[in-house]
Amino acid sequence: MVAAALLAIGLGAGVARAEPPAASPVTPALIEAATKEGKVVWYTSAELRAAERVAKAFEAKYPGITVQVERSGAERNFQRIAQEYGSGIRVADVLESSDASHFIVWKRQGWLAPYVPEDVAKYWPADQKDPDGMFATWRSTFSPMGYNTKLLKAEDAPKSFADLLDPKWSGKIVKAHPGYSGTILTATFEIARDLGWPYLEKLSKQHVMQTQSATDPPKKLAAGERLVMADGSEYVLTELKEDGNPVEPIYPTEGTPFITGPSGVMAQAPHPNAARLYQSFVFSVEAQQLIVDVGAMRSLHPLVKEKAGRVPLKDIKAMKDDPQAVESQVEAIKRKYTQYFRT
Amino acid sequence: MTVALPSAVASPRRRIDLSLPVFAGFALFLCVLVILPLFWLIVYAFSDGQGSATLANFITLFTDPDLIDPLTVTMTIASAVGVICCLIAAPMGWLVARTDMPAGRIVRALVTASFVTPPFLGAIAWEILAAPNSGILNQWYRELFDLTPDDVLLDIYTLSGLIFVIACYTFPYVFVLVANALERIPGDLEDASAILGAPMAVTARRITVPLAMPAILAGALVAFLQAMTLFGSPAILAMPAGFHTLTTKIWMLFQFPPKPGLAAAASLLLLVVTVILLRAQSWILGRRGYTVIGGKNSEPRRVKLGVWTVPALVFCFGLLCAPVFLPYAALAKAAFSQTPYGPLSWDALTFDQVRAAFAYSATQLALKNTFLLCVLAATIGTALALVISYLAARQAVWGHRALGFLATAPVAIPGIVLGVALFLAYTRPPFVLYGTLWILLLAYLTLQLPSAYQQLRASFHGIHPELEEASRILGATRLQALCHVTAPLLRAGLISTWCFIFIGTMRELSAAIMLFTADTKVVSTVIYDLNEGGDLGQIAVLGITMLIITFVVVSLANRLPAFGPGRG
Repeated sequence: MVAAALLAIGLGAGVARAEPPAASPVTPALIEAATKEGKVVWYTSAELRAAERVAKAFEAKYPGITVQVERSGAERNFQRIAQEYGSGIRVADVLESSDASHFIVWKRQGWLAPYVPEDVAKYWPADQKDPDGMFATWRSTFSPMGYNTKLLKAEDAPKSFADLLDPKWSGKIVKAHPGYSGTILTATFEIARDLGWPYLEKLSKQHVMQTQSATDPPKKLAAGERLVMADGSEYVLTELKEDGNPVEPIYPTEGTPFITGPSGVMAQAPHPNAARLYQSFVFSVEAQQLIVDVGAMRSLHPLVKEKAGRVPLKDIKAMKDDPQAVESQVEAIKRKYTQYFRT
Repeated sequence: MTVALPSAVASPRRRIDLSLPVFAGFALFLCVLVILPLFWLIVYAFSDGQGSATLANFITLFTDPDLIDPLTVTMTIASAVGVICCLIAAPMGWLVARTDMPAGRIVRALVTASFVTPPFLGAIAWEILAAPNSGILNQWYRELFDLTPDDVLLDIYTLSGLIFVIACYTFPYVFVLVANALERIPGDLEDASAILGAPMAVTARRITVPLAMPAILAGALVAFLQAMTLFGSPAILAMPAGFHTLTTKIWMLFQFPPKPGLAAAASLLLLVVTVILLRAQSWILGRRGYTVIGGKNSEPRRVKLGVWTVPALVFCFGLLCAPVFLPYAALAKAAFSQTPYGPLSWDALTFDQVRAAFAYSATQLALKNTFLLCVLAATIGTALALVISYLAARQAVWGHRALGFLATAPVAIPGIVLGVALFLAYTRPPFVLYGTLWILLLAYLTLQLPSAYQQLRASFHGIHPELEEASRILGATRLQALCHVTAPLLRAGLISTWCFIFIGTMRELSAAIMLFTADTKVVSTVIYDLNEGGDLGQIAVLGITMLIITFVVVSLANRLPAFGPGRG
């Protein structure tokens, strides 16, 4: 009887939340409560330099609150959270992951708290924030193609995914693995959906050099180990290029896989007020500009200025991201990929 | 005599004998250290996601071709590495320990240098050198012979390339065991053989090789097991080469959605292989006695090389190019230039990378943590291994076989899996250690214990109990005999065990990667993070720093007069 009653309440709550929760402004009361907590623990998979800069900017803006940056790979953090929550440890305040499907899982587990920063309510497109206000896309990036400018002339470089199937690229391509990288998992899902698995099957016949992490193909490209990359993190490629390495991204004509990295507040955050203050801060223009300038990521904030020399977000034909579908197909994607690429 | 004996026997009773409680304490600590993570491993291997018992994980392990291939690849690699390491390290150890070859100290130092190199750092360095297209050696080769870009001298992204890199950083295990064992073999047995008219080759075959055999076998075993559970080098090289090893597969099983049960089952399989190998080893060794150090000893005799001196030196230094000279040249280039791949020139020389590496907030904290953990793990680990190997070698307590097994079992658990097992074991009462340096210390102790134990056990094989018995008859307790008689005799073995653990801890990555937090970073995890960001220059700086620290510590340790005067 009690269970049924609880169930009814639960359902009622679900129905009642058809409207997203209202935006939460940063009030003096929130700042005061957060300062009293004195600390916020941030699990992030953002590139270290960018992550530390965001944390430092927060500490400068809100003296008395320190940010503990727990930076690791997205999959590693995901596993760590699962381990910690499985063992009753509640350390994390704010979570950020480059693998959006993680948030589907966390939301399902009931580990996230609804909280909508003002910037998110005002500027974010509806498909880049959770309808229940549990998370929103904090940063995004692409998984473009790319080539080595020293070994290949611009006019000879491939223009599309389909170009990579030309026999002349056999043994010249490097790509990362969806079994290890959340970014590549998402990219593989989008490519398989838009171009079909037969495309990937044909690509696997091209003697592709396989790496684990999405950060590897740009590095192999810069080293001149392979001429072309079929996928990989855009921000790593951008940083290598801006450091003077002979690499250039290619945004394929079919569209470029779009990778989103959401951020959310933990329901059982040990520093609940500082967590909310931090969540509001990371979506502000100030922090969003940092992830673009320092981390070479993409921001959805319309007031953020793109850095000169980079192809602006609006000029890139993005493949549609769909974390929900990725989450439900993970096993199938990995199995099929292994079947074709045999690694 | 009949009058003196009762008083000698009676005297221990008057003093308090701490032997039993101390030994029991160590044994208990060992049990907790090893059994707790093993327990969780077994629980995970035999249960499904919901917690009910199942054999599904093992069925998948032996039927899924995606898992059988890595299994065969891993066994191929481990066997090849075991054999190659013995072929390289045994002659090198003999040259250093038993001949008048000059520069023996330098060879030892260089072997230490290859030992301290984290396997994944070595793999990164060899990528710079021998990647088929961008590798420096391949570029030189093409320039030298005016060849096309498709001509390749070396391809590190192959099975043989991976075996080569693993052997580079595994052979020191065999070298240290063999060199130490050979140093302890007294010359009189060989002299006796020579006096009886046996030529040198016969003496070597009938006397020296059989006496060194326990150490060579122990070395081959350790090399095999290290190669089997290694994660660092395969993580860098296996995937581009187009295959998996069991450890990279296990790593993949931990990715989203994680399948810890399957990973645990795969680890248990490695454990079973280890048990079988250890059985085989004790079966081979158990038939013979190898006691060589008794109360009366003669110094080992050194073979005069004569005209063979130069070939011997060429052999040693030529081989050391692979693990030390070439990779560190590549790392030095990366550390002091803007990009590791471009041509070498004075203009490109820069200290930017050094500055960046030390300005990075995590570096100093990581260096401090690493140093502290290395010293603690080495000291506690040596004491633990000494007591355990004493108890096992002298069969001093009931269950000494079980102790020996426990001390060896962790060798079969890949570091990543042990990391998870430790996480599971130490995030709940009675020991909540996650987020502290203690959990890392426990991980390092557990991981380093097998090779420390193997090494000291091999040392014990060579020491006859007569000296201990003499001191016990004179009234010493077991603990006193161990501290005052056996330990000083084992001085060389103890110091090298201490250094072994220090270095092993310094280069450990796979367990640390699962257990570190923001405040408990270590150098290897910082390097790993830097590798994700592609900061090759800073990685090289940290790698070279690790090498320097280790050298200072190891040379200090070898000068330490800790156990009275050493035997040379």
